[in-house]
Amino acid sequence: MSIDMDTTQETRSPFSGAPAVVTVKNVSKRFTIRKDNSLKERVVTLGRAGRRHSEDFWALKDISLDIPAGTTIGLLGPNGSGKSTLLKTIGGILEPTTGSVERRGRLAALIELGAGFHPDLTGRENVYLNAAILGQTQEETEARFDDILQFSGIGDFIDTQVKFYSSGMYVRLAFAVAINTDPDVLLVDEVLAVGDEQFQKKCLDKIREFQEQGRTIILVSHSLGQVQELCDSAVVLHHGEVKFQGSARLAVKNFREILEGRRLAEAEAAHPEEDANPGKVEHVELEIPGRAPGAEHHHGDDLVIRATFSHATVLPEWRAGIKIENHLGNPAFGIDSRQTQVKHDPLRGTATVEWHLSDLRLGGGQYFVHVFLAKPNGEHIVIEREAARFVVVDEDTQSGIAWTKTTERQIKG
Amino acid sequence: MSNIVTERFERLRQERMVPAGRPATAVIGSVREIVAHRQLLDLLIRRDLKSRYKDSALGFAWTLIRPLVQLAIYYFVLGKILGASRNIPEFAVYVFAGLTLYGLFSEIVAAGTASIVSNAGLIKKIYLPREIYPLASVGAALFNFGVQLVVLLVATVLQSGTAWIRLDLLYFFPSTLVILIWATALALLLAAANVYLRDMQYLVEVLVLLLMWASPIVYSWQQVANAAPQWLLDIYTANPITLAVLGFHRAFWTAGPDSEYPSHLLLRLVVVGVVGLVALLLCQRVFAKLQGNFAQEI
Repeated sequence: MSIDMDTTQETRSPFSGAPAVVTVKNVSKRFTIRKDNSLKERVVTLGRAGRRHSEDFWALKDISLDIPAGTTIGLLGPNGSGKSTLLKTIGGILEPTTGSVERRGRLAALIELGAGFHPDLTGRENVYLNAAILGQTQEETEARFDDILQFSGIGDFIDTQVKFYSSGMYVRLAFAVAINTDPDVLLVDEVLAVGDEQFQKKCLDKIREFQEQGRTIILVSHSLGQVQELCDSAVVLHHGEVKFQGSARLAVKNFREILEGRRLAEAEAAHPEEDANPGKVEHVELEIPGRAPGAEHHHGDDLVIRATFSHATVLPEWRAGIKIENHLGNPAFGIDSRQTQVKHDPLRGTATVEWHLSDLRLGGGQYFVHVFLAKPNGEHIVIEREAARFVVVDEDTQSGIAWTKTTERQIKG
Repeated sequence: MSNIVTERFERLRQERMVPAGRPATAVIGSVREIVAHRQLLDLLIRRDLKSRYKDSALGFAWTLIRPLVQLAIYYFVLGKILGASRNIPEFAVYVFAGLTLYGLFSEIVAAGTASIVSNAGLIKKIYLPREIYPLASVGAALFNFGVQLVVLLVATVLQSGTAWIRLDLLYFFPSTLVILIWATALALLLAAANVYLRDMQYLVEVLVLLLMWASPIVYSWQQVANAAPQWLLDIYTANPITLAVLGFHRAFWTAGPDSEYPSHLLLRLVVVGVVGLVALLLCQRVFAKLQGNFAQEI
């Protein structure tokens, strides 16, 4: 069952008739890496020798992007793929070498929280300063000051110098300021993973509120779950180029493939004599006993998953496993040979493993099955993501991943 | 679609798309951007001032201690021991007037040069018109200048009673303006250069020292006129700092005869002021040209 859709799609706003807020046109960005930095060295290496001392590096290559208002768009990519550079170019912090970035509306950037904080000033002074940096007027900040204070949960420490704050307090105050501005476009760079769990939830709630208000959010994150959960669409960057653009789920899948490709390349570089990719998932099939192939799964039905693995060399010991995730990437179920305590015969050529899941009860919606082959210590040899897919019938009688028969009655009053 | 969304989209549709980062028009755009950020500029100046003497027991008194010590040294060592005060009446006011004005110049240039690099954290994270950082240094320097000016006025009153209230006092404005224009121009240029070559910070230290002795602060213009040939005196007098310091003496130093000043001092001040404006414009253009790469070069 193939579910690949690698065609690049346009970024669409969840609201109809949304005007564009950011237009990126053929943007390239070159960094020149110099190895000399003092006047003497520059003079010595002037001219032709100077060029040998500098190296060009294209962080962005011919990127074009239209972002309509009201979209939440994720920027994905491995480290050094240019996503932060792109975000900074949109924010106007970096100028593109060629091409143009145009935008409109109020912009606020949540790029490294507390960048504008001065350790010697009190929390209150820093709130005003930071809000002004984010484009708020004094009056606006005054009007929102109580909200900011409440959101941050700093309390009486607000009149203490921020150098005495704990790192959590520092970040909470910075976030509170940033989130209480009134931006049309919000740039977020890797900052949603701050504070304790309760504060993170508050932040995510605020982001959802922003989405409902039709604000545009451009998000750089390494948390793929977060991207899938928050974003309408996503862009995958690799070596400064757009590799994929479309729905967040497909983008995440695409990004994982890039990471897997890089892992293989690294493994190959480390052990060039070995086949970097000896294992393969040859075939995966699903069966719901008693129902037609491809039919919806009903609560209490069994599910049979069969996977055929192959390995270039003989594997004396190995494990096989499956993972089931819902469409948001949240794990619903997982099992492997260690947990089932099955010892497989050595893998010569190919082997087929069957899992029989009895009386499976899942909440309605779409689910994906990942299948993997692993070494005895659990290290993956190969993982086939979204190797198969099934749909659980959605009756709208309950929500969530788990499904159980539930009754409700009033027992008092 | 809720009202709030429709309204936002309608407002966005009315707005014109602008290039991210730099303003659409060259000089006017830059000025407009800075005016739009005047509240932030004010806060940045306060930040600079507050953080400078935070947690120190004497606080802003330090603004005065350094020039007062300097004054004491020049007054006793140069004035009394080396005998400069024999040639210059009311030597204390003379020196302090010069030092006050020159302090403004040196602080703007030194702090301005370092301003971009020392605000690297902000520059790398968020777009603001970058001129705002050197301008914040100018603001902080002006505050210190104001404090010293009060001391200067007190000294003038103690020295000469009410004799300092006269028309020449108005020389204060063109002199200060000339210093402001030239110092800001240099601060912009050097701040941008400092991003690419950190040598600038050290160069400025030397420059500030040199320029102090190249202007009539601890000696008089008359002494130069007596010692130097005409062409050298012309060059010396064309220096905007020399002219501004002379103007400042004219305003606050009541004891000096007319022979202590070159002819047409006011006209000269106006000329270097206008030339300074052109220089300021050029330096701003250089700054604007270079600022696009600040975030990656710091």
